[in-house]
Amino acid sequence: MLELRELTVRYGPETAVDAVSLTVPDGPFGVGLVGESGSGKTTIARAIMRLVATSGGSVRYDGEDVLRARGAALRAYRRAVQIVFQDPDLTLDPRMRIGTAIAEGMRAHGRVSRDAASARVATLLTEVGLEPDHAQRLPHQLSGGQRQRVAIARALAVEPRMLVLDEPTSALDVTVQARVLELIAALRQERSLSYLLISHNLAVVEQLCEQIAVLYHGHLVEVGPTAELLERPAHPYTRALRAAVPELDEALPAPAIRPDAAADAAAVTVGCPFADRCPMVVDRCRQERPALRELEGRRVACHRAEESIELPRESPRG
Amino acid sequence: MSLIVRELRIGFGERTVVEIDELQVGDGEIVGLVGESGSGKSVTSLALIGLARSAGAWVEGSIQLDGRELTSLDEAQWRQLRGDRIAMIFQSPVSSLNPVFRVGDLFVRALRLHGATKAEARDRAARAMREVVLSPELLRRYPHQLSGGQAQRVAIAMAVALRARVLLADEPTSALDVTVQAEILELIQRMRREEGISVLFVSHDLAVVAGLCDRVAIMQSGQIVETGPTAATLRAPTHPYTQGLVAAIPRLGGTHA
Repeated sequence: MLELRELTVRYGPETAVDAVSLTVPDGPFGVGLVGESGSGKTTIARAIMRLVATSGGSVRYDGEDVLRARGAALRAYRRAVQIVFQDPDLTLDPRMRIGTAIAEGMRAHGRVSRDAASARVATLLTEVGLEPDHAQRLPHQLSGGQRQRVAIARALAVEPRMLVLDEPTSALDVTVQARVLELIAALRQERSLSYLLISHNLAVVEQLCEQIAVLYHGHLVEVGPTAELLERPAHPYTRALRAAVPELDEALPAPAIRPDAAADAAAVTVGCPFADRCPMVVDRCRQERPALRELEGRRVACHRAEESIELPRESPRG
Repeated sequence: MSLIVRELRIGFGERTVVEIDELQVGDGEIVGLVGESGSGKSVTSLALIGLARSAGAWVEGSIQLDGRELTSLDEAQWRQLRGDRIAMIFQSPVSSLNPVFRVGDLFVRALRLHGATKAEARDRAARAMREVVLSPELLRRYPHQLSGGQAQRVAIAMAVALRARVLLADEPTSALDVTVQAEILELIQRMRREEGISVLFVSHDLAVVAGLCDRVAIMQSGQIVETGPTAATLRAPTHPYTQGLVAAIPRLGGTHA
């Protein structure tokens, strides 16, 4: 189980992630992390992987303090939690054969003989829907979807228990995306995986995640069971995100919230960070920052959540 | 203004990448051109604004704008036509605006190229900004000081200021957040309603096309494999490729993990 407590990341004067507390239970379980660009999604992924320095709070995995882990404890963590990035092209060495790339982590994490490694590479390639022969190829000889499968195989090579998936399908065509999503769903059952799935696509998150966490300018504004959040959003921002999704059989959604004119809402020190764009804003929202609190099975940070949750799903305002 | 494409062939060297028998965008119509990466949809839109050749492609066939043949135009004639009659907006709005000029100067340069005086240009720029619901204050900013949504509005405002009648939009919202996407799509609809502009909307996103476009053309491997009124085509696609595309869209309210 992965637990973030009051996780804070600052880049210079800017707070990219502000005291976010979030739990990813043991698998099979998916938590979706959604929010606009710049909301801090990828920074959270990077903090979990220890790829950025944190400014406060903690990350614990099975009770161990990840941010202070050294030596064997750190190696065990790096095996347990693996990441898959949005663009496989940036994470695969163009000169390294697929088989070598997949075996690399395996060999780094344990004494695996060359033969045993290549046998496992073949098994992994089959597991992600590729052919054992692909091991001999170079990344550019594969399609984008195949390269993303390789990135997933490489993450699985060290037998992780949890994956951080950072927009794993947004660079892919929709038909290719559909197959990669099926693969993720199958793997989670077979391997009892948990994952934190970062996506801007709510439908993708709905397909793969039991829980959704909604970020706004570095603040967690709502978190709870997927179906409930999408059906009865309690935070006006969750509602706006849900309402903005174009759907095949419906008219285009009308813009639900004002444009992000200021673009520096993170700098708001008092009051709600969403106040300037919120269709339900009242005076109190500008004076007092809403704390994350329990409401009908989810946690939400909004003074007017009780009213908001009762609104019809499509309606942007009260 | 109408755009009629017939027997269009586009290629690089020996390779033909686009073969379109017919594609039409009628006066005041919004037509979606849908396909996956590599389908040829972007190079097609570049050909329609006379930029495919400078990207190294050859172009054959006929492209007519209100009866005027465009494939035989030289670069000087194209420069006159671009912006003035036909304008294009791109996926990455910030990188399509020249970064070394303030937004206002970009307007002035474009408008003066089409014969406006400096004062007229400033006036028209301010009006166009208000029309796309941006503060004229933003004219003093540099492109990198705009958000993605603001930059895409600026690009549309330029087309408006130049009084372009045909807008080619190549994935204009795929780099934007969904809430911003909703604003831009509404703006394109309003431009059509109030100004009567014609739009060719190039996209991979069938759900957006379904809501925005009157007609849709589905492109696969350089060819249009299915075309028709949007709602009917997407509700009951007849080509297996279109059926596959429609089935692959992840939908809200679908199955759970």
